[in-house]
Amino acid sequence: MRRRRFLAASGVALASQALPVAAQRFQPAQDVGPLLEKLAGGKRPEPGGMKLEVPQIAENGNSVPLRIAVESPMTATSYVSAIHVVAERNPRPMVATFRLGPHSGRAEISTRIRLAGTQKLRVLAAMSDGHFRLGEVEVLVTSAACLDESL
Amino acid sequence: MSARLAAALALGALGAAAQGPQPPQGGSHFQSADLRALQADDFANPGMLWAARGEALWSQKRGEGPACSSCHGEASKSMRGVAASYPKHSPALGKVLNLEQRINACVTANQKGPALAWESDELLGLTTYVARQSNGMPVEVSIDGPAAGAYERGRTLYFERQGQLNLACNQCHDANWGKTLLAEKISQGHPVDWPAYRMEWQKLGSLQRRLRACYFGVRAALPDFGSPELVALELYLAARARGLSASVPGVRR
Amino acid sequence: MLGRVQVPPKVKRGETFEVRVLIQHPMETGFRRDINGAVIPAHVVDRLVCRIAGREVFSAELGTGVAANPYIAFFARAEQGGPVEVEWSDDRGQKGRAVTTLDVG
Repeated sequence: MRRRRFLAASGVALASQALPVAAQRFQPAQDVGPLLEKLAGGKRPEPGGMKLEVPQIAENGNSVPLRIAVESPMTATSYVSAIHVVAERNPRPMVATFRLGPHSGRAEISTRIRLAGTQKLRVLAAMSDGHFRLGEVEVLVTSAACLDESL
Repeated sequence: MSARLAAALALGALGAAAQGPQPPQGGSHFQSADLRALQADDFANPGMLWAARGEALWSQKRGEGPACSSCHGEASKSMRGVAASYPKHSPALGKVLNLEQRINACVTANQKGPALAWESDELLGLTTYVARQSNGMPVEVSIDGPAAGAYERGRTLYFERQGQLNLACNQCHDANWGKTLLAEKISQGHPVDWPAYRMEWQKLGSLQRRLRACYFGVRAALPDFGSPELVALELYLAARARGLSASVPGVRR
Repeated sequence: MLGRVQVPPKVKRGETFEVRVLIQHPMETGFRRDINGAVIPAHVVDRLVCRIAGREVFSAELGTGVAANPYIAFFARAEQGGPVEVEWSDDRGQKGRAVTTLDVG
């Protein structure tokens, strides 16, 4: 009886210790609506108008290649001024903001990002005329086969 | 004629001793197209940051003694092909050393500096920089004479079941290479592009760190960095990879 | 902090070319733990600027969602040659800089 109680107590302790890790791994998608609304200054973005290149299946969430190409002539009067990247299941969804101008010549960015699990990635582009565009893409993130807690 | 015959016989014997998967393929062969392209891109390959650090360290002093460049001059000449022959027996120290240990032997004995720590940016940088000077050259280690003991030990370890999973290296890397383990392809275990940048680590790491990760993977006790076991295993793997070309730094999942 | 910047060896006036940047930085998220279970504090490059011949052509605000050892590539239109300077700073106030030269002809 005494032993059973001890086991039960330690089981609880183990479970609660394991919780932060589990919570991190299975963090649900957050509602990034308010963040996007803030970034777009309350304006409603038009869907599309950009090409997002990202693997459908990312082999490691630590480094996912991402290329964003927003359609724009990139002239003095019509250009993309900013590109925001938002990941709904990352503990901090605001991934990055890139600021461009007419002298960029091309509204295209390549980078490598972290994705904390399978999720929808959103890219919000701010256009020089005050409009916004929103691109979305689903990325499936897989895990490594072998555990590695070495070093 | 007799010398050539002897060499051919020796090669034949060696081939039989260290016969690995056929045809032999380096580790990058089993990586995704994205990671292969990243490895081939001398600018974007993140491991090149360590190579650049090593290049800068090459001409820096670490103690009272000279900088690497003071004795060895331009690494592109003096270090060409050197890493492809490591691990190698050191007559001075009376044991087989891997490249990191050889560099550290020079750092402490000649440069009179403190030994560089395993997996430090300094040691990884210098190792990567020196190893790169052999890129494109076939890996060719000596496994006889004073290196024979370490080679035999490495070969024994390679075929020895270890850890709670009770797995030997050969069960994955000889018997099941090319197959898929979860979402990963199993490699042939040829270490020709190490040190390598591993996404899992989010940094560059040594071959010994990678071997330790395999030990962890089969739930075995991790040998220490620089332990005779890991150096012996490195030597066996290098012998088994003979003929493959060096391509440092690699990029891994 | 170690970093690199690359542009094509030669570009024509008015041509659009790619600028590639690679920075050595752990981009620690603040959500990882070390081998003893202690939280590894967040540490990220949060700001990056690129100037060509003294004129700002690109900037970025980065967070923990950017992969370790950040790689960022963007475009610029060649107006005049000169130094291509990339400067970045992290949330501990450390700064880094990489420079190359743009040859416009």
